[in-house]
Amino acid sequence: MKGNHKLKWFGLGILCTLIIGGVLVSCSKKPRVTERGDVAEAAVATYVAPGDTDEYYLFYSGGHSGNVYVAGVPSMRHISTIPVFAPYPATGYGFDKDTKAMLGNYTWGDVHHPALSETKGDYDGRWLFVNDNANNRLARIDLRDFKVKQILGPIPNISGYHGGSFVTPNTEYVLAASRFSVPLPKGTYEPIENYATKYKGIVAGVPINPQTGEMTVGWQILMPPFDFDLGDAGKGVSEGWAFWTCYNSERATGKLEVTSTQKDRDYVVAVNWRAAEQAVKENKTKQISGVNVIDPKAAPGVVYLIPAAKSPHGVDVSPDGKYIIASGKLQSITTVFNMEKILSAIQNKAFSGDEDGIPVLNYDQVKEAEVNVGLGPLHTQFDDQGYAYTSLFVESAVAKWKLGSWEIADKIPISYNIGHLSTAEGDTVHPAGKYLVALNKLSHGRHMNVGPSQPESSQLIGISGEKMKLLYDAFTEPEPHYAQMIKADKIKPVEVYPKEEMKNPNAVWDVKDTGVVKSGSDVLVKMIAVRSSFEPNKIEVTQGDHVTIYLTNIEQTTDELHGFGLGEYNLNVVVDPGEMKVIDFVADRTGVFPYYCTNFCSALHQEMQGYLLVKPK
Amino acid sequence: MSSFLEKETTFFEQPLMLKSRVLILVAVLVLVPTFFFPLWNMSFYSNQYTDGLVMHIYSYQLEGGKTANRDDLREINSLNHYIGMRPLLESDFSEFTWVPLVIGLLMILALRAMVIGKMSNLVDVFVLFTYFGLFSLWSFYHRLYMYGHNLDPTASIKVQPFTPPVFGSKQIANFMVNSFPGFASYALISFAVLLLLSILLSAKRVRGKADVRAT
Repeated sequence: MKGNHKLKWFGLGILCTLIIGGVLVSCSKKPRVTERGDVAEAAVATYVAPGDTDEYYLFYSGGHSGNVYVAGVPSMRHISTIPVFAPYPATGYGFDKDTKAMLGNYTWGDVHHPALSETKGDYDGRWLFVNDNANNRLARIDLRDFKVKQILGPIPNISGYHGGSFVTPNTEYVLAASRFSVPLPKGTYEPIENYATKYKGIVAGVPINPQTGEMTVGWQILMPPFDFDLGDAGKGVSEGWAFWTCYNSERATGKLEVTSTQKDRDYVVAVNWRAAEQAVKENKTKQISGVNVIDPKAAPGVVYLIPAAKSPHGVDVSPDGKYIIASGKLQSITTVFNMEKILSAIQNKAFSGDEDGIPVLNYDQVKEAEVNVGLGPLHTQFDDQGYAYTSLFVESAVAKWKLGSWEIADKIPISYNIGHLSTAEGDTVHPAGKYLVALNKLSHGRHMNVGPSQPESSQLIGISGEKMKLLYDAFTEPEPHYAQMIKADKIKPVEVYPKEEMKNPNAVWDVKDTGVVKSGSDVLVKMIAVRSSFEPNKIEVTQGDHVTIYLTNIEQTTDELHGFGLGEYNLNVVVDPGEMKVIDFVADRTGVFPYYCTNFCSALHQEMQGYLLVKPK
Repeated sequence: MSSFLEKETTFFEQPLMLKSRVLILVAVLVLVPTFFFPLWNMSFYSNQYTDGLVMHIYSYQLEGGKTANRDDLREINSLNHYIGMRPLLESDFSEFTWVPLVIGLLMILALRAMVIGKMSNLVDVFVLFTYFGLFSLWSFYHRLYMYGHNLDPTASIKVQPFTPPVFGSKQIANFMVNSFPGFASYALISFAVLLLLSILLSAKRVRGKADVRAT
């Protein structure tokens, strides 16, 4: 077969590129030579003068650090860290009662793909969702205060939650999918030899309450044990549909590097989520771990498979929703499917086969173009001029190409091995253009030598002109998988929690209301923190007492944070102006333990301290 | 001497001209804003507060600048506690009850003078008002003096007793303190000026008449 032959050559080409690339990189540690004039231009384009602020927020995933990082574009300055799936003593996250309960017993998570909430397909600046690839959780960050308000999960039946957290155009759903199929329900033992038949994949929709943002477990669809990878929600022409790529349609186990790359094609999964809702309504589901799971055989019309170049990563929907772009990372083309053709193929039943009863659409009937972008295409974003930008991992480059004419307009080298990319509002119905951030897996010493544990690199590229221009190198903590770039004025966070908003009766605002109340072995402390003291500054308890401290920061001024660190009790909580947090522990060790303000506050910050005195029983 | 007293008695007995009466009415109306606008504005600038902490003193209340990100009065008190200054609390100022009362009273007296149309009534109001104005200024200065001088001896930062400026700007520690009259004070001054004009207008007539009689 001719196609197969071609692929082998591609494979060889990739191997050569990897080897030659590796040699070149190791030989020359010199940074890329840039013209002097370009340097000045780039400096002006990225310089944000002291006191000025950036044009865009960049929310980028921190991978297995469990955090989301916030940077400004074009300066690329890291501004703050939002801890999500892991404790973070810097903000006291995971130490107070509420956030501890939210994290459960997990001390890490793998933050993957942040997704901003949308209204009519545009970012509305309300929430940011992020998925945890490791422990199958989904978190909602409220952009009013840049804090996690809810963690859903581990979500039943989902295993390896990589295929998220993309949102539908009105944030009806956040997408979810299993990357690592397992026997269901979770907890079931099944020999790995039965993988192809007994292990199950899941693709799912997590409904979002439009008022509160509350996430709940919604419908799920039982799938063959493919590895579901990335997704995107349809919009415009394709609104009402959700897409995921998958690799390992071989249903292989063992060394997947080999076993899952034998077939020429894997799939894009297309789910009609309105049909899925209907199937739930008509009770065409079965219960697995208390979740409504749709078996595609019992509910035809819900899910279809579209053959795509093998081992695809990104599947991205063009701003008008017409084109579904899948990038097979082992090829040199990216495949464009036409939604109108997909819909008519479904109507005409133009199927070339099925997988466990799920119809497979005829590739030739739904394909619009194969775009020759370059080696190892991964992920595509868009601008306001009708161009698409595809990251090329193997080639370490970004290709710019025209939607419709499918011509390559430009290509820029990246340092090095770009994974995802993010353009300004580039996955909405109205991309803003101007900036592109390349989220690179390797920095290869393009920075001061910090030893073997090297940071990732993020490069800012100007995309206003015909030619893409490299503007800035930033180095980021592991591991930027994807980012969202939103115009700064679309988000209006508070800097102080207004006193009037505090409804909890345990929050006190006056020294006279503070104090220690004991009832049996329960000790309740109402404490205030204000420059530069804690009231009370002494807590006396008996060994074994259960101590609950309601700590209120009564400041009403921006940036007057206070910390509460309790030495050798492994506690550090930070309260923002107007915030109250609950510190909850058992005083199991006798002695005298200092507590002090950990977050520098004032000239007498050092003096902001007190003692916990634990008497022996 | 007796002629002087006689003359002055005549002066006080004189009726007010229409123009004077109109001016009194205008003056009374000019006082209305004192119930809505600050008498005095103070602002405090430093490196940390480049936008300035602000405090507005009204005839009836004390108000700090308030944005979503900062409560200035709370902030001023938070900072002042380090030098042992008493917190500025509205409840500590009896002025906020009696000042509006006095202004109201003066308005009524002015209207009374307008209706009766006698010079003596008008002069009464003017004199009372001048006394009230000067007393208030002194009282304001005294307040500032007391706040700056009755510092808690146990304060963590010991500073030389000081008086914040009543009028003008002054560097105090790391703060540039500005203190200037507000719109309501200009209204009070205008009231006095208008009353004076009203007196002068009718006084001219009196003097004119007296001159005629002398010849």
